[in-house]
Amino acid sequence: MEVKRQKLDSMKVRGARAQQMLRGDLEGEDLEAYVEERVLLTKFHDAQNWARKNAMWPLGFGLACCAIEMITVIGSPRNDLSRFGAEVIRFTPRQADMLIISGRVSVKMAPVIRRLYDQMLEPKWVISMGACASSAGMFNNYALVAGCDKFLPVDVYVPGCPPRPEALMYGIIKLQEKVSGDESLGWRERYQAEGTEEVA
Amino acid sequence: MDATGLELVAQRVRDGVGENSVVSTSFFRRQATLEVAPASVRDVLEHMRDRDEEPWEFLSSLHGCDYLPDEPRLGIHYQLLSMERLDRINVKTRVGVEEPVVPSVMDLYPTANHQEREVYDMFGVVFEGHPDMRRILMPEDYEGHPQRRDFPIGGEPVLFTYNEKKLPNWYG
Repeated sequence: MEVKRQKLDSMKVRGARAQQMLRGDLEGEDLEAYVEERVLLTKFHDAQNWARKNAMWPLGFGLACCAIEMITVIGSPRNDLSRFGAEVIRFTPRQADMLIISGRVSVKMAPVIRRLYDQMLEPKWVISMGACASSAGMFNNYALVAGCDKFLPVDVYVPGCPPRPEALMYGIIKLQEKVSGDESLGWRERYQAEGTEEVA
Repeated sequence: MDATGLELVAQRVRDGVGENSVVSTSFFRRQATLEVAPASVRDVLEHMRDRDEEPWEFLSSLHGCDYLPDEPRLGIHYQLLSMERLDRINVKTRVGVEEPVVPSVMDLYPTANHQEREVYDMFGVVFEGHPDMRRILMPEDYEGHPQRRDFPIGGEPVLFTYNEKKLPNWYG
């Protein structure tokens, strides 16, 4: 109770100080202290990327059995993707930021996916979810495209058949790290293999 | 349906459509199959649906098949069902790949519309009289008919230890 009272008092003081600042009553050392306490400095791009990575809206789009698993991740309260800001499914590519290729890509579907990707506005990201989307998986035949990276750029590949919800969430977190610029090196970190990347 | 019943059906078809309409009959593992000449498929099915004393009013499936070493190569199977008698019969016809043309039965059984298109897509059998004879599953500009036995399987070679020497430059 006592703690709560103190907190309330300090909030009142802060509120009063903010009022004074807005009126222009704070000067000199008081103003300096206020700025130090209240203002966070950052680079514009960092702030922009921070906002981008925490509001990555996926396109409401599924291809096969992986799509069921993707819906579980995005739409269910059990996995609660809103923790990472990616739960708002957009059903038009014009408003979506992230395309999750969830399932096998047939020869007939590939141009459609490419068109959806082209309709999305920059910046946009692609996650290839599951073995089929990444490499046609267990299929090897006339009907499927072996790997969706043959017709669009892919940022993160999530292995699995289908991937566990944790795996897809991990992929989305990896993508967020990529967007915010402090990308981890993955397995290279573990084996101290920095500098062996094939594509800079 | 038993073997005798099948012969009776075959005889009624011969009487109703023409002596050369039925090529052969087979009763194998309790499945009755009536092989008919490709040109008279539509007439046979019309007879069996409308004029036969045991009518077959429902086409439960229409599909193609490729018997590669055998000639004529392609087969089209019509599986008929009688809901009243709880009985099934297969009507089958064989055409060669050189001129795979069969009359369409879409006006008798509307369900044949998409199934004939699928057989055309996968085996290249052209159904004469079909109002919209084009591919249904593969892209419109796809070349070849992928379910034919002589069609390459496609896909990409998968790297294993036994074939990594046969696939040059896989490492870069």
